Amino acid sequence: MATKSLLKRNNELANANRQLEILSNGIFADGELPTFKDKITQTGQFPLRPRKLEILQINVGYMCNQVCEHCHVDAGPDRKEIMTVETMKQCLEVIKNTGAHTLDLTGGAPEMNPNFRWFVEEASKAGIKDFIVRSNLTIIRANKKYYDLPEFFKKHNVHVVSSMPHWTRGKTDKQRGDGVFDKSIKALQELNAVGYGMPDSDLRLDLVYNPSGAFLPGDQMALEADFKKGLMEDFGISFHNLFAITNLPISRFLDYLIASENYEDYMYALVEAYNPSAVQNVMCTNTISVSWDGWLYDCDFNQMLDLKVASKVKHISEYNEEVIRNRDIIISQHCYGCTAGAGSSCQGTVA
Amino acid sequence: MSKSYYDPADLRKFGKITEWSEELGTSFFDYYGKVFQEGALSAREKSLIALAVSHVVKCPYCIDAYTKDGLQRGITKEEMMEAVHAGAAIEAGASLVHGVQMMNKYEKLSM
Repeated sequence: MATKSLLKRNNELANANRQLEILSNGIFADGELPTFKDKITQTGQFPLRPRKLEILQINVGYMCNQVCEHCHVDAGPDRKEIMTVETMKQCLEVIKNTGAHTLDLTGGAPEMNPNFRWFVEEASKAGIKDFIVRSNLTIIRANKKYYDLPEFFKKHNVHVVSSMPHWTRGKTDKQRGDGVFDKSIKALQELNAVGYGMPDSDLRLDLVYNPSGAFLPGDQMALEADFKKGLMEDFGISFHNLFAITNLPISRFLDYLIASENYEDYMYALVEAYNPSAVQNVMCTNTISVSWDGWLYDCDFNQMLDLKVASKVKHISEYNEEVIRNRDIIISQHCYGCTAGAGSSCQGTVA
Repeated sequence: MSKSYYDPADLRKFGKITEWSEELGTSFFDYYGKVFQEGALSAREKSLIALAVSHVVKCPYCIDAYTKDGLQRGITKEEMMEAVHAGAAIEAGASLVHGVQMMNKYEKLSM
């Protein structure tokens, strides 16, 4: 398993333009498969336009204690892109005035940003309805200075959303690294101990499931039932909901697909599973993604492909919700990942 | 023409059989879809049965399809292998149970 990011390895897929070229070449260039634009045009959904903003997703940095095989951020310990206090202050101004009901902090491991706690404390004062932190779980056990994170999250009524690829050790460690499963289990037990994820608790703990390989996620409810049974029987762990998220063919997952000769079959599977009703609710229609350096994107995936919003307003410093809403969403073939089957978003299925 | 009887890429063309006989093709796929829905058996249980049968009928397309289907459903490799053994055991048993016929015949023909 790689321990360095694509960027650190000087892999060509660290380059967003190279990824976009691959996604437009081959089977999409010769017409074997329709481009995403053609497909949504056929179902009368081009151009894709935003609806009312509901979710403000802020990426506070690409640094992470893990180097997961499928990571679309290409995050890892060697990534130095970290949101500054100045950009955080610009974000706080937006958080105070936004019409969005959900604030979603992500990374990397957001907790590794040195100003993470200050930012959470300040952001929680804005009284936003649902305040999510995407925590990878192992960070809670990575170092003594993080041991009190469950209490910290509880104090600020943070909604914790954590990744867990399987309820068994083998599949989890294969995707996320040796020892990740045991540390994740311990972290989940600690979150449960302070009240997170318990059946009647208001302290929300949801899990994210990404397939550990070149296949699409199965039915979210069936997987949730299996996860709940497996984690409760073996470890006494409770959680609220499972979000099944499709791996999009970008960054490290694209690298994996190409290296394992699964790329074409995977793209076929995504295109075959295209669901027009998922397009209606795809997350870029209700989300704005903010990068560590304050740029605005239609979604976290477009952020990683460096496709900034097609709007006069492109940066958090000049944020204007009305102006940003009046834009076309930028699409490419990776978008098939969010419209396959029951659809996929950072909040799970959409159709 | 391919020089091989089996091409993995043919699996994704399976739906095309409808082009040469729409009524029968559509009937088959409707039936197939209904068979694998949740019922008295869960879709997960049916997926494992399909995997076992795929091995018994030695269909490489079916093995590819139901290994992937199992992965999508979170079925573990231990469960998949047990299903394959269940199929293989029935197949071995089907051969071996004929040993009784052999024994009967042997006894009948022997003094």
